[in-house]
Amino acid sequence: MDSAHNKSGQEQSPSRRRFLTETIPAAAGALVLAVGLVEHQHSAKALPPYAIRPPGALPEEKFLAACLRCGQCVRACAENLRQDKSRTTAPPAASAPQLGEFISQLAELGENAPLETTVPTLRLAEFGGDIAAGTPYFIPRISPCRMCEDMPCVKACPSGALNKKMASINEAKMGLAVLVDQENCLNCLGLRCDVCYRNCPVIDKALTLEMQVNQRTGVHARFIPTVHSKHCTGCGKCERSCVLENAAIKVLPLSQARGTLGSHYRVGWEEKEKAGHSLIPEALQLPTRRPEEKP
Amino acid sequence: MSKRRTPGQEAVEKKGWLRANTWLLLRRLSQLGILGMFLLGPLAGLWLIKGTLSASTAFGFLPLTDPLTVAQSLAAGHVPEAAVLVGMLVVLAVYTVIGGRMYCAWVCPINLLTDIATWLNRRLEIKGNLNLSRSLRYWLLGMIIISAAVTGSIIWEWFNPVTMVQRGLLFSMGFGWLLAAEIFILDAFVLRHGWCGHLCPVGAAYSLLGFTAALRVKAARRERCTDCTDCFAVCPEPQVIRPALKGSSDVILSHNCLNCGRCIDVCPQEVFVFSKRA
Repeated sequence: MDSAHNKSGQEQSPSRRRFLTETIPAAAGALVLAVGLVEHQHSAKALPPYAIRPPGALPEEKFLAACLRCGQCVRACAENLRQDKSRTTAPPAASAPQLGEFISQLAELGENAPLETTVPTLRLAEFGGDIAAGTPYFIPRISPCRMCEDMPCVKACPSGALNKKMASINEAKMGLAVLVDQENCLNCLGLRCDVCYRNCPVIDKALTLEMQVNQRTGVHARFIPTVHSKHCTGCGKCERSCVLENAAIKVLPLSQARGTLGSHYRVGWEEKEKAGHSLIPEALQLPTRRPEEKP
Repeated sequence: MSKRRTPGQEAVEKKGWLRANTWLLLRRLSQLGILGMFLLGPLAGLWLIKGTLSASTAFGFLPLTDPLTVAQSLAAGHVPEAAVLVGMLVVLAVYTVIGGRMYCAWVCPINLLTDIATWLNRRLEIKGNLNLSRSLRYWLLGMIIISAAVTGSIIWEWFNPVTMVQRGLLFSMGFGWLLAAEIFILDAFVLRHGWCGHLCPVGAAYSLLGFTAALRVKAARRERCTDCTDCFAVCPEPQVIRPALKGSSDVILSHNCLNCGRCIDVCPQEVFVFSKRA
């Protein structure tokens, strides 16, 4: 067998030997990498719930195909904040500080933290995290979107990952605010905190206070902060301003904030309006039968 | 045991230190200058160029885009806006003239790192026994495009050390230094020119622009060659030199040549010059 092997080895042309010793291992190595890449992407497709994309961002799966990871939106966001003359606090460092600095900054400020933060909204995901490296995001509790009317981040995006067709920042759907804790929210407890409501840039449309009877006292009212998805931009100012230690109202990515009706579901009253009449025939008039009556 | 020859030593003695390091100095100036231009923004507020090596805007109007990133975006099913495509055409046009791998030798920040690693590798005289094919990078390149199409994502940017390290310097590094460390270890202790010469798919993509590049290194005075092998010792792609010295054409035609000009520097006989194709 050994001699046969040698013989065949001697007969191998240089190109055949090269194919066996170089091409095949190289192709195999590349295939291993490709499988790893695809596997990694598969496991990391969803955005973690604490991270929100900038205004105008395409849906996450399309965003990952479009965003070139250049960070120009992050620069535009920081630049806009630096130039904002209405700010009373000291200008931030030109480059975005690291996440740890943000959090310690927030902790230092505590409940006295001003709503208009001193740090830019957007940051770029680092290597090794659970957000695609180099893509922009923000954490509403730390730095909500400032809802700039001229949308500098969208303008700065070269690729179309942030959609320039959006006419106004009020059309943004960065995420959706959800009153996740209806037990600890002060308004739900019967107090008139209202801070999230007062800070909503689309007040009375995106966020309303719905009056209910306070069942505990029986004589008071509760004003429940209620989010309306049609108008909520997901800017996160409500979450940022929530006075609780851990916010009761949180902005979530749309995929996690919303349910989806089954595609076969129809809402009766909408169908009725569309058709101009009820879709089901008039209720049947069944003859009343009583035990004492005989047909 | 014969006395070990230090590549470039003879060139320094014959031509003087400056002329034996001209292209190396210019190359460092280019690499650090470009990195510096990017850094001036975040550090000093002077925005000559905004963005990263994957996509940027220079001087407030000129878009520049990395072709491999755009190729992935297209493969993933997204048609980028005009600025990105124009930026890619600008980059393609420039490198088609000056040689795709000029990017590797004159722009890429990883090259600074791998050059130090290679220096260390030579200094310690490490002969790794890992044998990788130099064509592996092209297979990786192909697989990356296919993976981008399969996942619908610009997938290489999850790991690309070239943009990751630069982005780390411009924004925040995170664990990006781990990638840099891995490449350094690979090149210094495992395989000489392991990253740039065998694996890097970014370099492979730019190499593809080298087939038509007008700017080439030419062994113009190859009859003076004394076979001292200094050029082979310093070249990150030594296989590209032999055809120019011994073959029918005296021009280094291989698309893998980085146009780094180090062979011109270290040749004591001044065999090599920058020239044009054909």
